[in-house]
Amino acid sequence: MSPQENPPVTPDTAGGQPPTRRAAQEAAREEERRLEAAAETGGGQVPPPAVPASPAALAPAGPGDEQPLMQRIMTGNALVAVLAVVLSLILGGLLIAVTDEDVARSASYFFSRPMDTIGAAWSAASGAYAALFQGSVFNAGGDSFARMIYPLTQTLTVATPLICAGLGVALAFRAGLFNIGAQGQILIGATLAGWVGFTANLPFGLHLLLVILAGMLGGAIWGGLVGVLKARTGAHEVILTIMLNYIAINLVLYLLSTPGFQRPGSTNPISPQLEATALYPPLLGSGFRLHWGFVVAVLATVFVWWLLNRSTVGFELRAVGANATAARTAGVSVSRGYILAMAIAGALAGLAGVAQVAGTEKVLTSGVAASFGFDAITVALLGRSSPWGTFAAGLLFGAFRAGGVTMQASTGTSIDIVLVVQSLIVLFIAAPPLVRSLFRLPTPGAIPSAGARRNRKTAATGGAA
Amino acid sequence: MSTVTTAAPDRSAAPAGAVRSWKTPILLSVLAVVALLVFGAGAPRNNVTFRLSDPNDAIVLPDLVLPAAATGWLTAVVLAALAVLAVLAVRRGSAVPVWLVAVFAVLFLIGFLTWVVGSANNPNVALYGLLAGSVTLAVPLIFGSLSGVLSERSGVVNIAIEGQLLFGAFAAAVAASVSGSAIVGLFAAALAGVIVSFLLAVFSIRYIVNQVIVGVVLNVLVSGLTGFLFSSVLSKDAETWNSPPRLPVLSIPVLSEIPILGPILFEQTIVGYLMYIAVAVIYVALFRSRWGLRTRAVGEHPKAADTLGVNVNRMRFMNVLLAGVVAGVGGSFFTLVSVSGFGRDMTAGQGYIALAALIFGRWNPIGAFFAALLFGFATNLSNVLSLLGTPVPDQFLRMLPYVVTVFAVAGLVGRSRAPGASGIPYVKG
Repeated sequence: MSPQENPPVTPDTAGGQPPTRRAAQEAAREEERRLEAAAETGGGQVPPPAVPASPAALAPAGPGDEQPLMQRIMTGNALVAVLAVVLSLILGGLLIAVTDEDVARSASYFFSRPMDTIGAAWSAASGAYAALFQGSVFNAGGDSFARMIYPLTQTLTVATPLICAGLGVALAFRAGLFNIGAQGQILIGATLAGWVGFTANLPFGLHLLLVILAGMLGGAIWGGLVGVLKARTGAHEVILTIMLNYIAINLVLYLLSTPGFQRPGSTNPISPQLEATALYPPLLGSGFRLHWGFVVAVLATVFVWWLLNRSTVGFELRAVGANATAARTAGVSVSRGYILAMAIAGALAGLAGVAQVAGTEKVLTSGVAASFGFDAITVALLGRSSPWGTFAAGLLFGAFRAGGVTMQASTGTSIDIVLVVQSLIVLFIAAPPLVRSLFRLPTPGAIPSAGARRNRKTAATGGAA
Repeated sequence: MSTVTTAAPDRSAAPAGAVRSWKTPILLSVLAVVALLVFGAGAPRNNVTFRLSDPNDAIVLPDLVLPAAATGWLTAVVLAALAVLAVLAVRRGSAVPVWLVAVFAVLFLIGFLTWVVGSANNPNVALYGLLAGSVTLAVPLIFGSLSGVLSERSGVVNIAIEGQLLFGAFAAAVAASVSGSAIVGLFAAALAGVIVSFLLAVFSIRYIVNQVIVGVVLNVLVSGLTGFLFSSVLSKDAETWNSPPRLPVLSIPVLSEIPILGPILFEQTIVGYLMYIAVAVIYVALFRSRWGLRTRAVGEHPKAADTLGVNVNRMRFMNVLLAGVVAGVGGSFFTLVSVSGFGRDMTAGQGYIALAALIFGRWNPIGAFFAALLFGFATNLSNVLSLLGTPVPDQFLRMLPYVVTVFAVAGLVGRSRAPGASGIPYVKG
C-alpha cells in the first residue's frame, strides 16, 4: 500500500477543530486531490504548489491552534455535542421504557388509559437515569459528605485507564493510524508492570516508578511492534492490532499458568498480590478507591497536549497523519513517524494497564484490562482525538461505567444500555449534519468548510436526511 | 494475486534497479530451519495414526499410519529445498512463485500436524472430523469475509462485520423462536444484517463519517443493544424469545457417502450450502459480470467510474446493503446451526477474524474462503489437540491463527493491496 492510498484518518470531516488546523487539513486534502488529479492525467507530475504547501499549511500550529476552552464551547459544534448526548440519552431512555415490564403491563390497556403507559415509561427511564447519576456523580442519600461524593471518586477511578488508553488511541489517530490494539497494549503493559510489582523488593517510590516504567515499556513494545511492521512491510495496522490483541490475551493466560506468574498454591490464572511499595497510594485517603494514577492520567494528558502541539515530533506526527506523501517530500520520515506514534500510543495504553494493576485491581489477572482498550477507541473518537477532548470524554464514559453498575444493582436495568448510549453519542457527534437536521438547526454558514459543503451537497442530491 | 502471477522467471517482473524482496525467502528459510529442528530432529519415535473415515460410514478407508520421525524429516527436507528454490528465484531477480508458497504452506502444515499429534499422549486423530469441524467453524468467517469483499471492493471499509454477524444471530434467534420456523429466522438474520449495513452506508456515504469509525461504533452499538435486550427481554422469558428451532442437516444421498469430502460438501445445513453458493456466485459476479466490473471500478477509481456514468455512491450503497445480507445470513449460523439460542456477545470477535481472512485472502472471494478455512482449521485443531494432550500449551495453539495472520499480512503473501479507493468517501466534483 503506497502512502497516498493510506487515507488520512481524521475523526471528522465537518469541522469541530480550531479553524487554523482545519485549514491545514483542508489544504492537505486539497493537495491530495491535486495529486490524484495529477496521477489521473497520466502525467505523474506533481503540481509545484503541492509539495511546499504542506509544511507551510501545517505550520501555523501556533497560539491559535488550541483555543481557550470557553471559545470552543461557544462555537456551534459544542451545541451539536450537547444535543448528541441528549438525543442518545433519549433514545436509550426509550429503549429502557420499551423493555420495562411495568410499561408492557400498562400498554395492554393503552387505549383506555394511555397516561398509565406514559407514566410507567417515564418512571422506568427516569429511575434508571437517576440511579446512573447517583452512582456516578453525587449520592444525595449519603450520610456524610464523603459518602455523598464517593460516586464521583469512583467515576474518576474508572476514568483513569480510559483516559490513558484513549490518549494512546487519539495520538495514533493524529498520526493517521487506527489503533484498535489498546486492549493488547494495556494487557502487556499490566503484565510487565505487575511482574515488577510482585517480584521486585524495593523501597517505596523507586518500586512504583519501576512499575510505571515497566508498564509503559510493555505497552510501547506491543504498540511499537505494530509501528515497525507497518513501516517496514506496509501491513495494515487495523489487522495487526486486532491480531495482537488476541495474541496478548493468550500470552497473558499462558504466563499466568507458569510458576513465575501464578499465585503459589492457586490453580486459577491469577498472580500474587502486588507489593505495597508498588501500588499507587490512595489520593483521598483509604476510604476511597481513587489513587494517584488519576494524577498520572492528568499529567499524561498535559504531556500529549505538549507533544502534539508544541514539539517537533508532534508536528511531524501530525504531518504524517495529514498527508504522508507531502510529509515525506518535506523531509519527514514517515516510517519513523509510524513507529514513534505507535510506541508512544502503546506506552500510554501501558499506563492504563499500570493504573489497573497497581491502582484499582492490585493483582494481575487476564481480565485486568476489562474492555478499557475497546472503550478507549470510543473515548478518543468522542474526544475528537484532542488531548483535553479525550480527557473529558474519558470522564464522561467513566461516569457511565461507574453509574451503570449502580443502576444495574438498584433498578435492574442492564449495564449494556451504557454501551448503547455511548455508541449513539459517538455516531451522532461524528455526523453533525444529522443532528442539525433532526433539531432543525441552521447549518453554520460563517466558515463554510469543505466538509459542510460536501454534506449539504450529498444531502441535496441524496434526498431528505 | 496480480502481483505475483509470473511463475516463470520473467525479468520484466523486476526491472533493473528495483529492490528485490527478500522477505519471502528469508521467512521460508527460517520456517524450513524450524521444520528441520522441530519436525525432524525433535520428532517423537512413534507412529501417528490419522483416521480417515468413521467406522460407521458406507465406505471405510483404512487408517493412515505414518512414522513420525521419517515423515518429519521428509517434510523438513522438502521444505528446505523449497526455501532454497525461493532464494534462487529472488537472486535471479524474479518473484517467488505463488505455487511454491502454497506447496510450502501445505507441507509445513502436514509436518506440523504429524509432529504435534505424534507428541500427544494419544497419537491418534480423526482427520475426517478435524477437517469437517474446520469447515463448520469457518462458515460464519466465510460469510463475514464475503461481506467484507462486497463492501470493500466497492470502496467502503467494513469493520462492522462483527456487528452484522451478531445482529444476524440475534434476529435469527428471536424471529425463529417467535415464529417457530428456522427459515423465518434465516430471513430475519439477513434483514438484521441489512439494518446494520444501512447505518454503515448512511453514515459513511451520506454523512462522510470515517468508515472505520462507523464500523467500530456500530459493533459497540450492536453489542450493547443485543446485550441489553438479551438481559431485559430474552433471558426473562427464554421459552418465547430464545428457543429457536435448529436448521436440519440435509444430506445429499450417495454424494454424502464419499469419504472425507462427503460430509464437508454434501452434509450441511441450508446455511452451509448457501455458503458454497455465495462464494461461487460472488466470485463469478465480481469478475465476470457488468455489476462486478462496476463494483471494482467504483472501488478502485471512483472518479473514472463516475465519468463513465456509474453512480458511485448508489453503487456503494447497494453493495454495502448486499454485504449486510451475506453477513446477516452468516450470523444465523450461531443461533440456528451451532447452538440453539442467543448468548451475549456470542460472535466473540469472529467478525474481526473474518476481516483478517478478507485481507489474508487479498480481497478475493476464493482467497477469503481459503483464509477463513485456515482459521477454522487452526481453531478446530487447538480444540482437538487440547483433548489429546500435547506438549504445546493450549494458549499457544489458540494464538496460532493470529500469529499466522500477522506473518501473512507482514510478509508471506507480500503486500496485500486494498482496493484503491477503499476507505475514501467519494465526493463528486
